[in-house]
Amino acid sequence: MKTAHKTRENHPTLGSHSAQAIGLSTLTALPKTRRSLLDNIRRHWPLYLFVLPAVLVSFTFDYLPLYGLQIAFKNYNFADGIVGSPWTSRNGFQHFYRFIHSMDFWPLIRNTLGISAYTLALGFPFPIFMALIFNQIKRQRMKKMIQTVTYMPHFISLVVLVGMVLLFLSPSSGMYGHIARLFGKDPHNLMGDPKWFSTIYVISHLWQNTGWNSIIYLAALSGVDTCLYEAAKIDGASRLRLIWHVDLPHLRPTVIMLLILSSGRLMQVGYEKIYLMQNLLNMPTSEVISTYVYTTGILNRNFGYSTAIGLFNTVINFILLVTVNKISKRVSQNSLW
Amino acid sequence: MVKSVQNTIGERLFSLFIGCYVVFCFIVVAYPIYFIFIASFSDPTAVAAGTVWFYPKGANLEGYRTILAYERIWIGYRNTIFYTVFGTLISLVVTLPAGYALSRKDFMPRRLLIFLFTFTMFFSGGLIPTYILISKLNLYNKIWVMLIPFCLNVYNLIIVRSFFESSIPVELQEAATIDGCGDGRFFFSVVLPLSKAIIAVIALYYAVATWNNYFRPMIYIKNNAIQVLQVFLRDILIQNQMLETMSADSLNTVQNLADVIKYGIIIISALPMIMVYPFVQRFFVKGVMIGAVKG
Repeated sequence: MKTAHKTRENHPTLGSHSAQAIGLSTLTALPKTRRSLLDNIRRHWPLYLFVLPAVLVSFTFDYLPLYGLQIAFKNYNFADGIVGSPWTSRNGFQHFYRFIHSMDFWPLIRNTLGISAYTLALGFPFPIFMALIFNQIKRQRMKKMIQTVTYMPHFISLVVLVGMVLLFLSPSSGMYGHIARLFGKDPHNLMGDPKWFSTIYVISHLWQNTGWNSIIYLAALSGVDTCLYEAAKIDGASRLRLIWHVDLPHLRPTVIMLLILSSGRLMQVGYEKIYLMQNLLNMPTSEVISTYVYTTGILNRNFGYSTAIGLFNTVINFILLVTVNKISKRVSQNSLW
Repeated sequence: MVKSVQNTIGERLFSLFIGCYVVFCFIVVAYPIYFIFIASFSDPTAVAAGTVWFYPKGANLEGYRTILAYERIWIGYRNTIFYTVFGTLISLVVTLPAGYALSRKDFMPRRLLIFLFTFTMFFSGGLIPTYILISKLNLYNKIWVMLIPFCLNVYNLIIVRSFFESSIPVELQEAATIDGCGDGRFFFSVVLPLSKAIIAVIALYYAVATWNNYFRPMIYIKNNAIQVLQVFLRDILIQNQMLETMSADSLNTVQNLADVIKYGIIIISALPMIMVYPFVQRFFVKGVMIGAVKG
């Protein structure tokens, strides 16, 4: 048996013959694809074993919850469970109907899209700009140093980041309060002002991620053929022109790819950070769909309704991503799959 | 001719601009961190009055003394280290072999499995169905909830797979097969030793994510004895909870001390990261590059 196994590995065609010779006649009765799958399993069983833990984890914790999604269409209660709970009215769409007609609906959509779009509008170009400038630094040690410093905030946890923001923006004892008083102005409670919420969110996002997000562009820029620079210099191009005519065109595929990715994520905001930044005063502009799902579901125990809102969000995300991807495939031949 | 271009006024202004931009970036990023550091060592009253700007004033360790006496921080610290070490190990055991199997062209269910894994990145059951499942499996408020359910990150799996695809030549594997080396042994004695860089990258990604996560433990863990550092930090930094070990006379000094404690706690919780970061930075950067090849 062992020798047969080995020969099969060395000679694939001979292997299938020997499998029949040993007397596994059932194999011949199976359709061709299933036979070759069984053959593949016999020959490469370690690979199947390798992928097994990941498959089990993903099946249990990613695919089983999909089954639980049906409670979006049900009046969930603990006693009856997922299957036994009764369907809602309006053919099961009562939760969706209620959400779309609730007073919270439009503010939630506006806040979610608003914060995302604001983050994208500033968070997308800044890293490109930073990479273009850092790429101009001639002294390697200086370049390394500034890179190390600007990447660092990426590793600060969100709790600490928001903690820092709260400390700095405190009107009574924070840095912002002191600076405002230095200029003879009365410091304002920025965290309690709905007008300022998204700006604080975006600026702290820029502080934390601009450096880190520039890595990918710097990596792309390191692939520019130096002949192009030499040629352009001989033609009398200034450094600014080198950036415009050599660096930027080189970055274009990367930029388009990342832009597709981020616009597909427009409905997914950084809810973990938003949740930390929320307080009763800024709620009118800080409540987004994902934090609303958490509050109605986990805190208020409204399981069916919360699941419905989450599902609504996921479906829109999915449609958005597929659409953006289709458009970009047609326009630029760039696509995610 | 090249030289003359580099010496024009425009070019000099451009160099000046680059210099200013670098200095600006440096100050904007580094100063807040530096400020927290000096404020944590300063006299609480001086910090509240806004006289601490460039160096610590009144060199005061009262804040740190109060933090050190506070037990929950140390329990959180211990638990976070435990979850980070074992969670990362489990994640590696799940991710690396799977990534290798998926990188092999002769692994038949490859395309189907890649599709199924990627699909979970874009479509999931969401918060509540997952929550119900975790409760049903009796994992709620258990140590295991931090180790098993979320141990696989599909993005990391994709990075690992593309690394193996691009850096383990098919010829090497074919040669090993001819020499009678099976897939299992090939993975452990050839692939893993050749992949130290990617193992470091993925381990660091998982470790940082676990260390910094607060949302999942906030949802799934209620017992303070097994709670993580970030959730305690949230109580103090965001929810403004006072430490029981604080001893001060008036309400005013209490508030001032509370602020200095916050600065100190930020330093203490970020210390391991700050110390390790410069040495491991290149691994993170490498991870971004590998991920960019096929993201």
